Amino acid sequence: MKIAVCVKAVPDAASGRRIDPATNRLDRSGELTISDWDSYPVEEALKLKESTGEGEVVVVSMGPERALDALRKALAMGADRAVLVTDASLEGADLLGTARALAGALEKESPDLVLFGQQSADGGGACLWAAVAERLHRPVVSQVSELIVEGGSISGKRQTEYGYDTIRAPLPAVVAVADSINTPRYPSLKGIMGAKKKPQETLSAGDVGGAEGPGTTVVALNPPPARGEAQKIVDDGAGAEKIIEFLAGKRLV
Amino acid sequence: MAKVLVFLEHHEGAIAKGSLGVLSKAATLGAEVAGVVIGSEVRGIAASAGDYGAATVWVADDGRLTAPLPQPRVDVLASLVRDEGYDTVLFAQSVLAADVAAGLAARLDAGLNWGLVDLTADGTGKSPALSDTVYVDVGWTSAVKLAIFRSGAFDATSSGGTAEVKDAPVSLEDFSTLAEMVEQAHAEQHGPSIEDADVIVAGGRGLGEPEKFALAEELAQALGGAVAATRAVVDAGWYPYSAQVGQTGKTVSPKLYVALGISGAIQHKVGMQSSNVIVAINKDPNAPIFEFADLGVVGDLHEIVPKLTELVRARRS
Repeated sequence: MKIAVCVKAVPDAASGRRIDPATNRLDRSGELTISDWDSYPVEEALKLKESTGEGEVVVVSMGPERALDALRKALAMGADRAVLVTDASLEGADLLGTARALAGALEKESPDLVLFGQQSADGGGACLWAAVAERLHRPVVSQVSELIVEGGSISGKRQTEYGYDTIRAPLPAVVAVADSINTPRYPSLKGIMGAKKKPQETLSAGDVGGAEGPGTTVVALNPPPARGEAQKIVDDGAGAEKIIEFLAGKRLV
Repeated sequence: MAKVLVFLEHHEGAIAKGSLGVLSKAATLGAEVAGVVIGSEVRGIAASAGDYGAATVWVADDGRLTAPLPQPRVDVLASLVRDEGYDTVLFAQSVLAADVAAGLAARLDAGLNWGLVDLTADGTGKSPALSDTVYVDVGWTSAVKLAIFRSGAFDATSSGGTAEVKDAPVSLEDFSTLAEMVEQAHAEQHGPSIEDADVIVAGGRGLGEPEKFALAEELAQALGGAVAATRAVVDAGWYPYSAQVGQTGKTVSPKLYVALGISGAIQHKVGMQSSNVIVAINKDPNAPIFEFADLGVVGDLHEIVPKLTELVRARRS
């Protein structure tokens, strides 16, 4: 079975994330790392490959050329190859442009299963998989915390606002996994050493069907609204009464 | 925005409060507002949306729409947008809504902004970003505009209006019906869900042990609210994931958030800092939550909370 895992290279949280006021975009000039959420689908893909003893795991991403360094973490974990769609015309791509570029790369790869993590670590988006599935005309199941692949179909368990769903879909399919699905392995020293030698391919926007103009725009950046004074008191035995007084003052009780 | 369509999610015979809140907001924007209810045997709940500002409610009622799966819903919405000329489609955040909105965006080449807390009549959305450290004004360049709003962004306000209920055509793509719901197990629920609640009482490690969640539950019940939990206690198995608030859980903005034994680490803060009023009880005077709680009480929650619950009950009775 061929599994593609879509991952995102994001600015390292340790070095701080900021929006560049000149472009109104996230500053990606610092060190990039694979999004924390994306090590879970990589792990799941490796487990599926190991359980059947055959197949291939390809990491697919879109981003600046430097993102290849970040993709190496997935290769060090055990993925076989990396494909990066990188093109100046894709800079600042929103959901539409990203979905088109990834879908174009995935069409070339034609995997049986496409995996995503549960959200992005920087933009906080949690829906790209559905846009990619729509472009590929494939079924999609999101927030999956238990995944079974059997007899040409997948079965995913997930938790929603109202309870637990079990959803089945035939392969090829697109699945987004929750971070409760597994515990990602740490890359071994041998894995890290071998990662650089694994095939790493870059594709241009033209290779994946062209860039698509963003459908959204950033108009302005503003500071968050002030929260008002934080009031701190020490309980002297009348803490509960003071809370009630405060809530009554705000008409909350 | 001239013609706005609001996706009305529903569960067990009622339209979700979050969807009605978005509908109420849409009705204030001076646009022609419609809602759409998609499912099977849902005709009966459609008319209720008129009371929240919908002039028209479309009903897509079909046996193939029973399970709350996204792709058939994309088909229904795409037909409505194309046939009826809607230029804006709005959603309240949920697992289902995110997948429907993103699928629709790709289908219609429509820009999608998510995580919004507000929208103006001239079509500017407010989107808190980077752990809510910056509020981004966002817009759309596409002909059709899509937006997902945060839970609790708007109140559902009764307007006393009535809606005309119309049938929406149901024509499904082959690939939209490939996924099927095998089983749905509903979590037992007492009181409102944390997405719908005006008041949330949240518990963290400081409760000490899982049984002490009863303190949070009793206070929540007295306040008519729901119970939430931090990642630490969910990971420890004290409380179900569906109640988790924070970076890996839900983002909520109730009128009142009471944090019990929660330190207020950034991972939790991002999920609840847009609450209107935050009250925190924690025995650690240096807990970060005291930096942004409107009222912070340094003390033993095991002493304070039972008294507080009694006092709330006394005021209510």
